[in-house]
Amino acid sequence: MIIYGVALLSACLVAGMLIGEGLGIVLGVEANVGGVGIAMLFLVLVCNSDRFSALTVGAAGDGVKFWSAMYIPIVVAMAARQNVAAAMDGGALALSAGVAAVAVSFALVPVLSRIGADKDAGADGRETTP
Amino acid sequence: MMELLETVFVRNNLVVAFAVVGITTWFSYWLANRLTAGRIHGSAIAIAAGLLAAWFGGIMTGGSRGVADFALLSGIGLMGGGMMRDFAIVATAFGAQLSELKKAGLAGVVSIFAGVIVSFTVGAAVAVVFGYTDPTEVTTIGAGAVTYIVGPVTGEAIGASEAMMTLSVAAGLVKSILVMIGTPLVARHIGLNNPQSAMVFGGLMGTTSGVAAGLAATDPKLVPYGAMTATFYTGIGCLLGPSILFFIVDGIF
Repeated sequence: MIIYGVALLSACLVAGMLIGEGLGIVLGVEANVGGVGIAMLFLVLVCNSDRFSALTVGAAGDGVKFWSAMYIPIVVAMAARQNVAAAMDGGALALSAGVAAVAVSFALVPVLSRIGADKDAGADGRETTP
Repeated sequence: MMELLETVFVRNNLVVAFAVVGITTWFSYWLANRLTAGRIHGSAIAIAAGLLAAWFGGIMTGGSRGVADFALLSGIGLMGGGMMRDFAIVATAFGAQLSELKKAGLAGVVSIFAGVIVSFTVGAAVAVVFGYTDPTEVTTIGAGAVTYIVGPVTGEAIGASEAMMTLSVAAGLVKSILVMIGTPLVARHIGLNNPQSAMVFGGLMGTTSGVAAGLAATDPKLVPYGAMTATFYTGIGCLLGPSILFFIVDGIF
């Protein structure tokens, strides 16, 4: 049943958000502390556990995959509802932050590639969502 | 006639949004293949088109929610709102195998954390250079430099302004497009020619569409290796951004 997968996804998000909100209160900050990340962690753990296979294989899994595939369209909608007109002044900041982050990350590739370079990292190919 | 259109569109606003976003996406992928030979991923063009439309919407309506302030397109506001965004982003974690992480090895795991922290630090530093000192603003820009999704997720979690979240999306989009275009150009200089370095590359860059398109233009055989680590990047970003990284920034300012 597709709804099982959708319900699992919802439960993970709600649980993550509750914990994130709770952490915010405990830590005394007005923030949802890592709620989305915690929810993703839950989903990864659940779909790597055999105990919950009824919720993650077959049609139930399709219920989650559908929303995973809707990620980019939802991001497009998110972009279309941004307050771009008000953010125009910061255009140079956005550009600089993006360019600088890429430049530094590129430079780090050869450095980190040396870690465990002698170890054989065999892996099989897998298609992932964009 | 106009009234009839408005009644139907407003009553079915979310459904209209699906159709509009679908057409935009189709057109963007067509443009990506036609004009850039697939070098720039269709998703990046679609997101850029979204931002452009939002700018136009803001100018036309004087509102703060981009095209969602047009009554006929109010469903875009719901579809692109925080709830749907978080729902879809969590769903992308589905199918991530922990065994893949083991295959990526120490270098792969280190690169994911290093990638998030380095991009965040660089983005935050740029924000400070531009004169921002409010911890929520600095954190949101830093998170945007991680990816265009970690930015708004973090921004909303810590209560940043709409303008800052928009800037974080823009910063993430710049990063994504730059990785797509820049990767084949710098591949030789950064030793990007084997699975090991591709996994490190995926972990450091993290922007999944950027990594996939960039590696495809470099050597299609490397795509799965880069995607393997990039898959975990946004999750780690959403975890660290509105928590440890925010606390560190908050402690400094």
